[in-house]
Amino acid sequence: MPRIEKEDLSKLAEYPFVVVSWVDDAGYPMSVATEFRADTSTGTVVLEAPAGEAAAIPTDRAVNVLGSHIRPTPGQGYDERRYLQLWGTAGPVADGSVVFMPSSAWGWDESEIPFFEYSERSVPQSRRYLAALSEEKGRTIRPRLSLGWLFLRTTRLPFLSATFVPVLLGLAVAARSGSFDVWLALATLIGGAFAHLAINVTNDIFDTLSGADEANVNPTQFSGGSRVLIYDLVTLRQLVALAIGLFGGAAAIGLWLVWATGSATLLWIGLAGIAVGIAYTAPPLKLVYRGLGEIAVAIGFGPIMVLGAYVVQTGTLSWEAALVSVPVAILVALILYVNEIPDRVGDAAAGKRTLPVRLPQDVVTGVYLAGAVVAFAAVLGGVIGGLVPVWTLLALLAAPLAWRVYGGIRQFYEQPYALMAYMGINVNLHLYVGGLLLIGYLVAIAVDLLT
Amino acid sequence: MGWLPAPVERLLDVALVGELTVIGRDGRPVTHPLIPLYDGERIYMHSSTLFSRKLEHIKRDPHVSISLTDPIALGGLTDRATVQGTARVIEDDPHSQWERLILDLWRKKEPVIDAFLKMRVALPLFFERAVIEITPERCLLWEDGDTGRAPVESVSPGEAAA
Repeated sequence: MPRIEKEDLSKLAEYPFVVVSWVDDAGYPMSVATEFRADTSTGTVVLEAPAGEAAAIPTDRAVNVLGSHIRPTPGQGYDERRYLQLWGTAGPVADGSVVFMPSSAWGWDESEIPFFEYSERSVPQSRRYLAALSEEKGRTIRPRLSLGWLFLRTTRLPFLSATFVPVLLGLAVAARSGSFDVWLALATLIGGAFAHLAINVTNDIFDTLSGADEANVNPTQFSGGSRVLIYDLVTLRQLVALAIGLFGGAAAIGLWLVWATGSATLLWIGLAGIAVGIAYTAPPLKLVYRGLGEIAVAIGFGPIMVLGAYVVQTGTLSWEAALVSVPVAILVALILYVNEIPDRVGDAAAGKRTLPVRLPQDVVTGVYLAGAVVAFAAVLGGVIGGLVPVWTLLALLAAPLAWRVYGGIRQFYEQPYALMAYMGINVNLHLYVGGLLLIGYLVAIAVDLLT
Repeated sequence: MGWLPAPVERLLDVALVGELTVIGRDGRPVTHPLIPLYDGERIYMHSSTLFSRKLEHIKRDPHVSISLTDPIALGGLTDRATVQGTARVIEDDPHSQWERLILDLWRKKEPVIDAFLKMRVALPLFFERAVIEITPERCLLWEDGDTGRAPVESVSPGEAAA
C-alpha cells in the first residue's frame, strides 16, 4: 500500500463523514460511520467515538478509514465518484474521541483519473483473475463478445468510410468521363473494403506485439487500436488468420478485377496499395513508427483508392482523378494525425515516433490547420484550373468543421476523453468533404446529361 | 425468507451505494463502495473482472460486512446499518451468469444499466462480472444515523440458535 501523504489527509477532510472498519473478534469485518476531523499538522484523524461495545474502535489491530462520495444522476448513472481509504491504528477513547494514525492510503478520484483510464489500467488485473479462474475451474474462461460485435471491434468496421469515400469518388470521376460498370464498381468497393480491414487487423497485430497499444492507457473509440488482443477477446493466431483471410479476399477480388479489365496499371496500383498497407506498421519499414504514417495513409486512402477505382472503370490514369484524391488524402491523413494525439504517450513508450510524438503542441496544431487549408485549397484550385466541375465547390461547406477540430485540439490537447468529440468531428470532416465532392460530381453528371 | 429488520431492508431496497468491507491478503480490512442488491433474503453485489481483487480476497476469507451510511446514496433515508455475513463468489461464467442472477434486481435500481449494456462492445471487460452473494448473519442499526447511541443488534435465526 502507498505510504500516507499529507495531501491524503487534506483530501479526506473534504468528505462529510468516514466509515471506520476493522476485523472483529469473531473474524468478520465491522464498520461504523462517524464524524471526524483530519489534523494535517499531526498527520492524524480525530474520530468521534461511536457508542456501544459492538462499535467500539479497537486499539490492537489494523483499522481502515474510508471517505467516499458519489452523485447519483437519475437516468445516467453516477458521477463525481471518488473514495479514499487510509489504513493505520487507533488510540484509546479520550474525551469521546479516538485518534487514528494512518500509515498508508489508497483511493480513486474520477476527476483525476477518468473511469475509462482507470478501467484500462486495470486490464492486467482482469487477465490475472481470469487466468487464475481458468486454472481453478480446469477450463479456459475468457472474455467474450457476440461474433458480430467482435468482428466490428476487431476490424474497426466503422472506419470503412475512409475506403468508401475515395472509391466512390474515383467511380464518379470515371462515370462523368462516360465509363461505368456497376459490377466492376461493386467489386472495387468490396475489394477495397477487404484491403482496408486487412490493414486494420495487421496494424493491430504489430501495435500489440510492439507494446504500443498496451502502453496506451487512454484509448478512445478512434484511437488506441481495437484492443481485442490486449483484452484477450481473440488469440494472436485467430487475428493472424483473419488478416490472412482478409488480405486473401482483397487479393482475389483485385486479381479478378485485373483479369476482367486487362489493366496492368491496376495490378501495379493494387500491389502498391498492399505494400503501403503492410509497410505502415510491419517491419522492416514500420512507416508509422518513423513519423511517415500520415504520408502512407494519405497515399493509400487517397490516390491509390481514387485512381484504382478510376482505372478499373476506364483502364487509364487521369489528372482529374489524381487531383480529386488530394483533399480526401489530406483529410484522411489528418484523421490519423489527430487520433495520434491522445496516443502519443503510449506511442513514445513503444518507440512509435509519430508526428505528435516528435513535434511540440503548437506545431502539431499548426500543421493540422495548414493541412486542412491545403485540402480545401486543392478543391478551389481544381475548379479554378478547370480540372474538376464547379459543383465540387460544395465541399467548402464542410470547412467550418475543420475550424472546430482545430479549436478542439488547441483546447483539449492534454485531455484524451474531451478530445474524443473532436476526433469524431474530424472523421466526419473527411466523410462530409468526400460526400459533398461526390454530390458535386453527381450534379455535374446530371447537368451533362441534361445539356 | 429474510430476517433483517424492516428499516435495514428499506435501506437495502433503495441503496445505490453501500460499503463492502472484505479482509485483505494481510488480514487488514479493505472497503469497496458498490451497489447492493437485495432479494428479500440475500444481499448481492457484483464486480467486474477489471476490479476483481475484492473477489480474490473473498475467496480467501468469505467474511464480509456491508455498511449503508450515506443519505445521498440512500434516497434521503438517514438510518445507518452494518450487515455482517458470509459471502460466496459466483463466477462460473463471468460473461453472462450475472445477467441471469442479478440483472433484474440491478435494472430495478438503475434502469440506465440497459443502455450501458447495449454498449458492451465499447467496454467489454467491464461487463465480464462475478456475483458476490452474501448471507446476512448479524446486523447493527443506528436509527437516524446516530452513532452516538449504541446500535440495535439483530442476528439471523441460525446464529441465534447457535
